[in-house]
Amino acid sequence: MMDLLNLQPATAEIFLALASLGLVLVSAFVAPQEKASKLVRRLTLISFAIAIFLTIYNGSTPAYAFNGQFFTSSFMVYMKVIILLGAMGILLMAKRELKQDQIDRPELPLLMLLSVVGMMLMVSANDIIVLYMGLELQSLPLYVIAAIRRESLRSSEAGLKYFLLGALSSGLLLYGASLLYGFTGHTSYDGIKIALENDVSPGAVIGMVFLISGLAFKISAAPFHMWTPDVYEGSPTIVTAFFAVVPKLAAMTLFLRFTYGVLADASDSWQQIVMIIAVLSMLIGAGGAIMQTDIKRLMAYSSIAHMGYALVGVAAASDLGIGAVMLYMTIYVISSIGVFAIILSLKQEGRPLTRIEDLAGFSKTHPVYALAMMVLMFSMAGIPPMGGFFGKWYVFSAAIASGHVMLAIIGVLASVIGAFYYIRIIKVMYVDDQVISIDSHIPRSNTMIALGAAVVMAVFLFGLGILREQITAAVPFVVFVAG
Amino acid sequence: METTTWPVLTVLTFLPLIGVVFLLLIRGDEDVVSRNARNVALWVSGFTFLLSLILLINFDPTYAGYQFVDKGEWLAADGIGFMMGVDGISMPFIVLSAFLTPLAILASWQSVQHRVREYMIAFLALETLMIGTFAALDLVVFYLFFEAVLIPMFIIIGIWGGARRVYSAFKFFLYTLAGSVLMLVAILVMYNTAGTTNIPQLTDFAFDPDVQFWLFLAFFASFAVKMPMWPVHTWLPDAHVEAPTAGSMILAGVLLKMGGYGFLRFSLPMFPDASVTFAPMIFVLSIIAIIYTSLVALAQQDMKKLIAYSSVAHMGFVTIGIFSLNIQGVAGAMFQMISHGLISAALFFAVGVVYDRLHTRDIDAYGGVADAMPRYAVFFMIMMLGSVGLPGTTGFVGEFLVMVGAWQANILVAIFTATGIVLGATYMLWLYRRVVFGRAEKDEILTLEPLNQREIFIFVPLTILVIWYGIFPSGILEIMDVSIMTVLDQMDLASMELSGNSQIAITGIGE
Repeated sequence: MMDLLNLQPATAEIFLALASLGLVLVSAFVAPQEKASKLVRRLTLISFAIAIFLTIYNGSTPAYAFNGQFFTSSFMVYMKVIILLGAMGILLMAKRELKQDQIDRPELPLLMLLSVVGMMLMVSANDIIVLYMGLELQSLPLYVIAAIRRESLRSSEAGLKYFLLGALSSGLLLYGASLLYGFTGHTSYDGIKIALENDVSPGAVIGMVFLISGLAFKISAAPFHMWTPDVYEGSPTIVTAFFAVVPKLAAMTLFLRFTYGVLADASDSWQQIVMIIAVLSMLIGAGGAIMQTDIKRLMAYSSIAHMGYALVGVAAASDLGIGAVMLYMTIYVISSIGVFAIILSLKQEGRPLTRIEDLAGFSKTHPVYALAMMVLMFSMAGIPPMGGFFGKWYVFSAAIASGHVMLAIIGVLASVIGAFYYIRIIKVMYVDDQVISIDSHIPRSNTMIALGAAVVMAVFLFGLGILREQITAAVPFVVFVAG
Repeated sequence: METTTWPVLTVLTFLPLIGVVFLLLIRGDEDVVSRNARNVALWVSGFTFLLSLILLINFDPTYAGYQFVDKGEWLAADGIGFMMGVDGISMPFIVLSAFLTPLAILASWQSVQHRVREYMIAFLALETLMIGTFAALDLVVFYLFFEAVLIPMFIIIGIWGGARRVYSAFKFFLYTLAGSVLMLVAILVMYNTAGTTNIPQLTDFAFDPDVQFWLFLAFFASFAVKMPMWPVHTWLPDAHVEAPTAGSMILAGVLLKMGGYGFLRFSLPMFPDASVTFAPMIFVLSIIAIIYTSLVALAQQDMKKLIAYSSVAHMGFVTIGIFSLNIQGVAGAMFQMISHGLISAALFFAVGVVYDRLHTRDIDAYGGVADAMPRYAVFFMIMMLGSVGLPGTTGFVGEFLVMVGAWQANILVAIFTATGIVLGATYMLWLYRRVVFGRAEKDEILTLEPLNQREIFIFVPLTILVIWYGIFPSGILEIMDVSIMTVLDQMDLASMELSGNSQIAITGIGE
């Protein structure tokens, strides 16, 4: 094949993979450990920045590489850039956390980097085997960083739990993939798609169900969400922030590529499954969050609910749905990073605070941060004119355009339940009296990210027109170009 | 549609937000910030009111379409644009919002002492959102403003409210949100059916009667909570009791009217068949609201709660007027809304005035206030009589027109409505007697400070307007006449187009 040696579409991935190898050497030879950690963290940030440039520069025109096993287009570029930006945002905030959590080792940025390589591969994979390699490359570093504070029982527990359930979900996914291969005779997305065009055999449907279940695990959609609250609570907060943002993007992209791309002609079979998952996620996410006292657990349930809303867009099974999910995930990433920037700023003499009631009196001690948090909470609750509203607007619009009015009604009602716990945080910040004195020093990177995210969410409606044009242009390229 | 050379409506809408920017820039210690914040907020809102008056003077009441239309690109990829404009239905509400905001800011001049800057920011933001809600001519833009009102109001009740403010703020927020999100689904359905969110275009679009049925119900869910109608009114007494005085003034004066405005702007012209179908149900709910909440008001010990329940009853008149679907009824409903906006704001302020002095709203704690505060007694009396519907006040004109309209639609409805007027007189007069008359025996009543200049300054314009338009109602009626006729004509045409049923040709038209 002509493009056998054309590596240009995959430049960014290749660069990141090489960079990670180089950084292993750096961390091995630079002493002492603190210095190595600092250096690796910085170099990782620079690598991400270069990767963003390479992705945009090399990937926008639809092209195959590695004999059709790797595909890139403006859709993939969009998702990859958000993944990279999300990872950069988290890593920017990591400096103080690494020191205070006694995890100041070069491994953390390095493992994050490796995981991101896996995610980019997942996004661009055009073959089930490549997909699985990307998925495992993404997952394995995550298991390790969940347990990175190995002296802590909670962290180890989180790591183990994440590993066991993650391995199970990978197994499910792999089993589903093998069934698809068995019943269609292809491992490439193109081949499977063409085979399914003629006839959707029951075996392929079973494979599809397993595959979707595996993916649902990865984005922590109900009923495969059980691990999320425990892992979020147990991991160091900076790791939680990473979990809440970056891997979800990659898995959701994969969800889109699989459902719209590979299984496009079997949409009757998967639409219902996705709808059920979406409804359960929205309801369980909204209901589960009400009783939480720990803000990290609350964010876990909130992310379950958000994945449910995004899946409403997937369930629409239309181009509108793809665009809606892209926009929803963009908004989700920005607001989640902002919220985590504030959670990471909550310390008492260097000790992290994670109970919701610790926020009491936050508006008096940190008025600007409280305001940012309020904007982000209203945005997550989907109250206009904040950005979060537009995410919901487009996913529900897509669902209704496909005729799923009931789905939209359940969704908006779940969002009312969800609004309760978001505005409860606002109430704690603004009404309750201060109980615990929160450290006044907040690192500049956290300030920038928290305020930046809040401002973006507050003025989102002005940039929305341009963003929508970008997304609309990218939507047709979820599916590969024939020929 | 008439367009202007400069975007006067957009400027008017966002002018208070410029004040917010100024407020954010104030530096200094707390006293300086508070003093400057009050002044900036008052000047900005006063200037906004003047601008709204210029708009009113240039408004052409004989023109049936939208005036001062501003259009802009927004979400071109989705066919959603930014559009604003006014007609005779929205014009009075815009002026009302711009008029009440400076008064509300003045009303909290002394009673709000902590976080003054944030308080003023919330009120100015609220003013932008209120004007925007009434001026929006795109459904999405409307929804943005309509829903965003929840944010400042939630904050105003939650931070500066009374003892149970958290409970009330949550109840207000979640009730209203639950209603609104159903409207959101309906908006999405309309958008996906008609392919546009432009309000004038949607008004011309004929929705299938079966679809109308559901769309109407969804919009009804939102507006009924906002109005509020029985049985979803329970958030209102809580919100009013806990809100600060100025919050109650705006809540009762403007926010409740968004429901009535919504019925006139959306439900009637866009879902004419469903409006006719549901009119009996709305009559029943409104009559229950009028009689039941009047009785509840009679039993209240808390002055604010009593006036809050009376608001629910008065809003019952509004819904009856709107759904009597004739010119008298709708004009009466509109007039009643404006009148209630003035009177209820003044009544809540009247409660606030004595609350600031005695720090209780319990009716039994008062009695004989007239001895210590004679001027207050006069203002309170005029407003109380306006609320009762005494001829010569705006309250009478509104209620009378609604009764005339209801009589044409259904005699039974008119009769029940009339009993509401009797009950209204009962609880208001009784309230007045217990608070103002009687012998002042307690020391704290005898030593009550008389009204200061600031308080008189708030009462005077409200009183003048209530009496002036009570005697010369045509000043307001002329503004909205043509637009109401247009709405009813559209309904009539749309109904006949769809079902060929000319029976619902509304009786009032042409008489």
